[in-house]
Amino acid sequence: MGERVITYGEALREGQAECLRADPDTYLIGLGVPGPTGIFGTTKGLVDEFGPDRVLDMPSSEGGMSGIALGTSICGLRPIIVHMRVDFAVLSMETLVNQAAKWHYMYGGKMRAPLTVRMIIGRGWGQGPQHSQSLQAWFAHVPGLKVVMPATAKDAKGMLISAVEDDAPVILFEHRWLYGVTGEVDEGYTKEPLDGARVLRTGRDVTLAGYSYMALESLRAAQLLEQVGVDAEVIDLRSLTPIDTATLGASVGKTGHFVVSDTGHAAYGAVSEVASAVVERNFADLKRAPVRIGLPDVPTPTTPALADHFYPGPREIAQQVLDLLGSDRQLPPEAEDPRPWKDVPDMSFTGPY
Amino acid sequence: MAGSMDQQTPDTQPRPVVTVLDSTHRAEADVRIAMYREALRIRLVEDEIVARYGEQEMRCPTHMCIGQEAPPVGVSAHLQPQDYVFSAHRSHGHYLAKGGDLKAMIAELYGRATGCASGKGGSQHLIDMDAGFLGSAPILASTISVGVGAAWAARRRGEDRVVAIYFGDGATEEGAFHEALNFAGVNRLPVVFVCENNLYSVHSQLDMRQPAHRTVKEIGPVHGVEALSGDGNDIDEVWRLGRYAVERARSGANPVLLEFFTYRWKEHCGPLEDGHLGYRSEEEIESWRKRCPVTTYAQRLSEEQVLGDEAAQAMRAEIDAEVAQAFEFAKSSPFPELAELDRDVFPGRGAI
Repeated sequence: MGERVITYGEALREGQAECLRADPDTYLIGLGVPGPTGIFGTTKGLVDEFGPDRVLDMPSSEGGMSGIALGTSICGLRPIIVHMRVDFAVLSMETLVNQAAKWHYMYGGKMRAPLTVRMIIGRGWGQGPQHSQSLQAWFAHVPGLKVVMPATAKDAKGMLISAVEDDAPVILFEHRWLYGVTGEVDEGYTKEPLDGARVLRTGRDVTLAGYSYMALESLRAAQLLEQVGVDAEVIDLRSLTPIDTATLGASVGKTGHFVVSDTGHAAYGAVSEVASAVVERNFADLKRAPVRIGLPDVPTPTTPALADHFYPGPREIAQQVLDLLGSDRQLPPEAEDPRPWKDVPDMSFTGPY
Repeated sequence: MAGSMDQQTPDTQPRPVVTVLDSTHRAEADVRIAMYREALRIRLVEDEIVARYGEQEMRCPTHMCIGQEAPPVGVSAHLQPQDYVFSAHRSHGHYLAKGGDLKAMIAELYGRATGCASGKGGSQHLIDMDAGFLGSAPILASTISVGVGAAWAARRRGEDRVVAIYFGDGATEEGAFHEALNFAGVNRLPVVFVCENNLYSVHSQLDMRQPAHRTVKEIGPVHGVEALSGDGNDIDEVWRLGRYAVERARSGANPVLLEFFTYRWKEHCGPLEDGHLGYRSEEEIESWRKRCPVTTYAQRLSEEQVLGDEAAQAMRAEIDAEVAQAFEFAKSSPFPELAELDRDVFPGRGAI
């Protein structure tokens, strides 16, 4: 077991197939879901196995269709609704925030809305102001919604299956640049918990916690830091609701230094909430103030000339760590990068999306 | 416009024959008596809320449906127990006409643990799953798509279930309304959309909000939804159009939009009159009061010798007693325990 390696995107596809296979009440819907490209491949071919009644396209009505999916969920179905961009899902905010989040509580526990919403964060190749936002903090702010951000292929499959099984509305934020990342994933109906952070790398000098793609960037930062004698612990935060304060506390208790990174804006963002949680619980353990790393307070620029400076990466994280530790060591020189711009995860990515 | 008979169909495909009855057609006497009883019951419940609201024990926004009793009564007369109803903020009549528990509704307004939503919803979030009243919410048009989803679920599972969704004229200006109609039209879902057009969205007049020469009814066919309109203060007319719409939806032919012209007597939210605000004239309010759906129906049933004075008085006494009991139940019920504050944010696994 455990030797099978597939991509994050394939894991998502497998997870959805497992859910559709396991429960006839589960269906998958979204603009382009049964289409030829299948949501960046994550739904490709599912319509062939499960048919057009269970793998469906929909009108261009993100708001209305979210309400319709909610209506089916309170009647016992288990919809998975996919938004190819988080930015499109903004049109469904009313349904998710006012309705889905509250139908269990405001009807005195009599109603359940088992809704799974996949929201995809775009990045690079000029996705720009309206195709690349990371708005997870908006949803995590609303009681009644569960918000998770799988960073590994195993979690992509396992957390998706757990989301569909869960009786609450669950929103999965998936970062496009994770779709090609590979990892060990078991076959079959394999679940991973929706809550709890995971230690990806143990270390003693500093705790680097990150959500989604930034968990991977934190791992890369840890590799850079290792070259200058800093031993970083890396934590994949996985869930915004709740934040795993126990795992964070244990790590910070050991390292005394805390850096948290997220794919969204830092201001009023997930990093602010995580940093507050750590400060509140582990103030005495901290040797320095924690550091938040996120996007600056500007919309995403389209041109790579600006976008390349918009996203913090491993070097920025590592430099922040050196500053935090008061170290004057120099990071190793940047390796030769075959990419003309940093707007692609690797050379295989050639746009146009 | 009121009472208009013309129907518009979205296409010419053959489908089950259901005809609109002519305007002289009436329900059987027992059905008419039952409808009158329900309309009177809704009115007396609302009157009692109005009378007691000033005591400041019903501490939630409450939208009275006095003057708008005919649509829920005439539509629900055709609904089966397995059918579903969704509503918006002015929902008391819709809830009661579908069989929603009166005691649980009043207790909900009083914020008690015995309320239909355990006190967590209030007047704007009534629910009675057993009666098929699946929810109400005050965000305009929001429950329309949820109701369409419920109809789609019924279709997917092969269940015989019609979904009636009530909303006002204001909701038809929301994008969500058009999105929901479009999906219902594409999939020919068993939905009856019931628009209670009372001419005002809070204090904003209809003619400032919608084109003068386009009725709400006309929106239906462009989305594949057959549409009819009629006098929303005439229980017999609502029953007649409701019969057509519910049968049409149940037969799988197509969804139907009903536009009923009616009028809210009280202020938008609360128990008071609001003529002094000046956004509508006293003459207009008075003209609609004269066309009271409850008293005009009582008069008609009396004239047509369907319901005698003695029976009407006995009926009223019965309802008065039921209403008094409901308020007594609510006021003597406990408030929710403090532990309820954190309960049911997320559902646990297992049976509800």
